[in-house]
Amino acid sequence: MKNERILWHGEMTTANALRRRGSSFLSSGTFWLLAFLILPSLIFIALSFAERGVYGEVIWRFTLENYKRLLGFSTFGWTPDYLLILGRSVVVAGVTTLIAVLLSYPLTFYIASRPKRTRFIWLTILIVPFWTNMVIRTYAWILLMSPELPFAKLAAFLKLIPDGTSLYPGAFAVYVGMITTYLPFLALPLYASVERMDWTLVEAAQDLYASKFKIFTQAILPQTAPGLTVGIILTLVPAMATFVVPDLLGGAKYMLVGNLIQQQFSTSRDWPFGAAISMALMLLTLLSMRLYRRKGTKVDIA
Amino acid sequence: MKRHPVLASVAIFTIGMLYLPLIGVAIFSVNSARYGWVWKEFTFKWYISLFSNEYILEAAKNTFVLAIVSTAVSTVLGTLLAIGITQFPWKKRTESALDLLLHFPVVIPDIVMAGSLVVVFAILRAYSGIFEPGMATMIIGHITFQIAFVALIVRSRLVAIGTDLLEAGRDLYANNWYIMRKVMLPLLLPGIVAGSMLAFTLSLDDFVISFFTSGPTSQTLPIYIYSAVRRGVTPQIHALSTVIVLVTVVLVVLAERFSRKK
Repeated sequence: MKNERILWHGEMTTANALRRRGSSFLSSGTFWLLAFLILPSLIFIALSFAERGVYGEVIWRFTLENYKRLLGFSTFGWTPDYLLILGRSVVVAGVTTLIAVLLSYPLTFYIASRPKRTRFIWLTILIVPFWTNMVIRTYAWILLMSPELPFAKLAAFLKLIPDGTSLYPGAFAVYVGMITTYLPFLALPLYASVERMDWTLVEAAQDLYASKFKIFTQAILPQTAPGLTVGIILTLVPAMATFVVPDLLGGAKYMLVGNLIQQQFSTSRDWPFGAAISMALMLLTLLSMRLYRRKGTKVDIA
Repeated sequence: MKRHPVLASVAIFTIGMLYLPLIGVAIFSVNSARYGWVWKEFTFKWYISLFSNEYILEAAKNTFVLAIVSTAVSTVLGTLLAIGITQFPWKKRTESALDLLLHFPVVIPDIVMAGSLVVVFAILRAYSGIFEPGMATMIIGHITFQIAFVALIVRSRLVAIGTDLLEAGRDLYANNWYIMRKVMLPLLLPGIVAGSMLAFTLSLDDFVISFFTSGPTSQTLPIYIYSAVRRGVTPQIHALSTVIVLVTVVLVVLAERFSRKK
């Protein structure tokens, strides 16, 4: 490449000099990310094709065994256990996201309809629990769902659960924990869109006697789509990968893919299989992002 | 927009659901009953015993050392990275590769990142004798996910600043170092502060990366609470959780005050 003199941001310099200076800015950060993010990810992919030794050590010999096992093929025939866990994770994350959407619309509309001064206070109120550690919030639900407290008593009174039992562990507790954990991820980006909404379009729709449903799908949804898209991805992705909530609130029978991965790294000590499950989780994550990215805007958290 | 009773009640219900757990824990932290969830009498004894529990104090110290060190390093690396990407004439290909590198930590599930770090630390350990699971590995893990968040925020600030003032400085014969110090850094500071505050809270809030990369001697508060819940809870945990929530609220309010002045 020719080393011509160029004018860059008012400075007379050469392309080579700029490239050298730019690289010195980039080097430390890129080195770090390559060493502790990209390289580990590549090793992780390779690991998912390796074998587990008798004592839990890794034997670097190529095999598809981990993926076969994930799909349910074992020496004893075919069982869909792992596929069920993957499917359940998708369902739980999907339902969590859906309910979070249904709750976030009224919430963000309510906040957006407050006077400007109080809107800031409402937003802070919404953010504070979100800044409290997730382990604490999840634990708090265990406390609140214990048998002596009103929630379990009410459920027992309605004959939903036997008298004197708690509301956890189980699906109900997992959903409550998940929704309260991930709702702010959805509500905050959605709010950003709702606040910027052009209400004259809604009024125009009302003037033209559009039904409530039509007003929502034609005048509100398209305007809030960018925030909704970002919110859905920010909720769906971590909700699919969580292991704290199902671990504390779900009980042994309510396993999600996050728990399965964690198990491979602790009790089972089967890293190659853990890596293979992680690959499946990554695939699900990328798929769900693709799905929404095609429709909406580019995801940008900054 | 006119008032809408359904809207308001759903909104209040949702906010209530978010606060119910925090309030519940706070109430139980001043209940003197040790077992069961029955109200006995008001007491501060769990708070008092909390501050004489050396495991909890150690975990609190670890949490803050981890957050401070990892935030300091990731703020420097993230800022340099943001400047390096934005201010130089990179080819389109290089730029999109760097862009991908920055967005990768944001979209990769934390449990996958944690798993891959465990494996890489094990490999490095086998060849070098360092990288024992502990504070150092936790700090490395935290920096890795923080860098991207800092860089993305600083970069958006850089784009907002534009290049006019840098060029003006150049016209007045300022050299690179002088422009960096007197023009760029002051303008960038709000972005750097916002980025580092986000990095700090991400570190305080993290459980998964710490849980995977921590060693037996390097518990953080979330790890302590998690294992306490599995062991069987003492009311000290309620007091601890309440203290953490209150500290968080104070930090949020302070951060808000600070960033509003800008």
